[in-house]
Amino acid sequence: MSIIVGDNTKVIVHGITGNEGMFHTQAMLRYGTKIVAGVTPGKGGQNVNGVPVYNSAADAVAQHGANTSIIFVPARFARDAALDAMNAGIKVLVIITEHVPQKDTIELVAIANRTGCVIIGPNCPGIMNPSTKTHIGIMPTHIFHPGNIGIISRSGTLTYEISHDITQSGMGQSTCVGIGGDPIIGLNYVRVLELFKNDTETGAVVLIGEIGGNAEEMAAQYIKDTHYPKPVIAYIAGRQAPSEKQMGHAGAIIMGDSGSATSKIKAFEKAGIPVAEKPSDIPRLFKGKI
Amino acid sequence: MKLFECEAKRILKQFGIAFPDGELAHTVEEAGAVAGRIGKPVVVKAQVLVSGRGKAGGVLFADNVAEAKNIAAKLIGSKIKDAMVHTLLVEEKIDIAQQMYTSIAIDRQRQTYVVLASLSGGVNIEEVAKTSPEKIVRHIVDFEKGFDEAEAKKLVRSLDIPAADRDMLSSILSTLYKAIISYDAELVELNPLVKLPSGAYVAADARMIIDDNALFRHVEFKDRVEDRIDDTPREAEARKLGLAYVDLNGDIGIIGNGAGLTMATVDVVNIMGGKPTNFLDIGGGAKVDVIRDAVTLVMSKPGVKAVLVNILGGITRCDIVAQGVIAGMNASSEKKPVAVRMVGTNEEEGNRMLREVGITAYANMEEAIARVITL
Repeated sequence: MSIIVGDNTKVIVHGITGNEGMFHTQAMLRYGTKIVAGVTPGKGGQNVNGVPVYNSAADAVAQHGANTSIIFVPARFARDAALDAMNAGIKVLVIITEHVPQKDTIELVAIANRTGCVIIGPNCPGIMNPSTKTHIGIMPTHIFHPGNIGIISRSGTLTYEISHDITQSGMGQSTCVGIGGDPIIGLNYVRVLELFKNDTETGAVVLIGEIGGNAEEMAAQYIKDTHYPKPVIAYIAGRQAPSEKQMGHAGAIIMGDSGSATSKIKAFEKAGIPVAEKPSDIPRLFKGKI
Repeated sequence: MKLFECEAKRILKQFGIAFPDGELAHTVEEAGAVAGRIGKPVVVKAQVLVSGRGKAGGVLFADNVAEAKNIAAKLIGSKIKDAMVHTLLVEEKIDIAQQMYTSIAIDRQRQTYVVLASLSGGVNIEEVAKTSPEKIVRHIVDFEKGFDEAEAKKLVRSLDIPAADRDMLSSILSTLYKAIISYDAELVELNPLVKLPSGAYVAADARMIIDDNALFRHVEFKDRVEDRIDDTPREAEARKLGLAYVDLNGDIGIIGNGAGLTMATVDVVNIMGGKPTNFLDIGGGAKVDVIRDAVTLVMSKPGVKAVLVNILGGITRCDIVAQGVIAGMNASSEKKPVAVRMVGTNEEEGNRMLREVGITAYANMEEAIARVITL
């Protein structure tokens, strides 16, 4: 079993005719992901690496029964592409694009929450499940290996670093979710933790966080409140970073003292979750726990 | 992008928010002229993007033209918390019957806008939030529904003020929502929002932050040079080059790809006994010239002993990184020793190129860090 994606995943690539879309479509196909169609408005009828291109997601869904979309289009068109996908009934939407305006993400997340669509990202490396050979994203697939450790992360390359360490130590990953580095994102730590809780493939979870925001603190609170049944190890990047610049008084009122590495590490320790000092400590911390 | 008080006020005025009578002044004469036209006691406010401006001496009162000119002479060209004062806002001094707080901001955890209002406005609002949070009412906006005056009325219902004031406040709050949406702002804040003895409302101070990612929709800010007073000279230079760079106090230069990995690199160098002198994230899929600029920028920092390049290539190609590192070393007048950790896309080709110039790349991050500390 996997979470969010798996054997039944059929993917549409938005922006498949662009450089990035084309490059990563090839990489995803090579790994084994079932990509059934591409979408670029105005370029319907073309063909990229054997993948048929349509003008809209609705056409791609009608022809191929796609249920998942990945978006590579530039930031100013990301909202339109995401709306196109959701209007076509897509239920899992991975937004790779960086620099999407926050208002657009707020709107997309509101629609997704109402219609039962899962948004991963924006500004994320995607999602990967090695056991079903499903990768919807931009991750270097060769560093992953099927296993029982679920990974949730706000950071791309740090996810690769830690996944690499886990693979090197003889363990492997169940599902790896890069939730994205933007202030506003769709899927968050808590929702992924909930999914991992009921996932038989996942025996333990690595939660990779960084300074800024209060998502890590909320995740720690959730783990504590629900007596989370699986071992969790956390890692927080940014211990040496200068403190975050404040956003008027409103920022302080909404966030309280959250945001620093110290605040996040303290929150996990209070929840009984070990916090790795270095990425390479994580495999060792799992020894004897799983 | 943080806007100056005067910019935020100019924008919010178009939406119908009332502000004290005032004008900008760039010289002592202009300040005197504005004070003269107003013909009443004035407040002279330095236009700088720092918090705690008032406590740092950037907001001063004058009873007449001569005093206003004296204050202007003192403020223009001075620094308020490291921010150079170029512009003053000269406004009529207002009589305060009551100070309130209103703002709308993006709440990351709630994934939407949150509206805040309080009758305890003023500089101590953060203290109020900590000690008596019940004095601040808040509303989580349902984006698809929006936030109109009817919604605002529900929010201010619990505030202990006369009905007419509640109407006034809800009108202001729904106006702020229109402004935050149409300007793609992350924050609009009126603090204090002042009730005058006459019963009218004016906002004594205003703040706005525009979402950098949405600037393509707001061409009026296109030529605005962002004045980031908290930038060091090297950070300002890096910003011009499009690099994410932060100065730190050590002697080991740090270049990585991805903010998370680069932050982790800085942390681990520190844990292993080294002292990072900077954070530099080249981002994803960097090209040769970006990496070259990154290397020359870090090598040119005085006191840098050695440079660590830590790359985990997904969309970033190791052969491109190798070319960039070599180009950067060649372009640097001060050549410093380099340790490279590089794995991922096109790793073999990248390693080969580095070997030709005598650099052995490590596959393991901590081995590369241990090495750079000894250089």
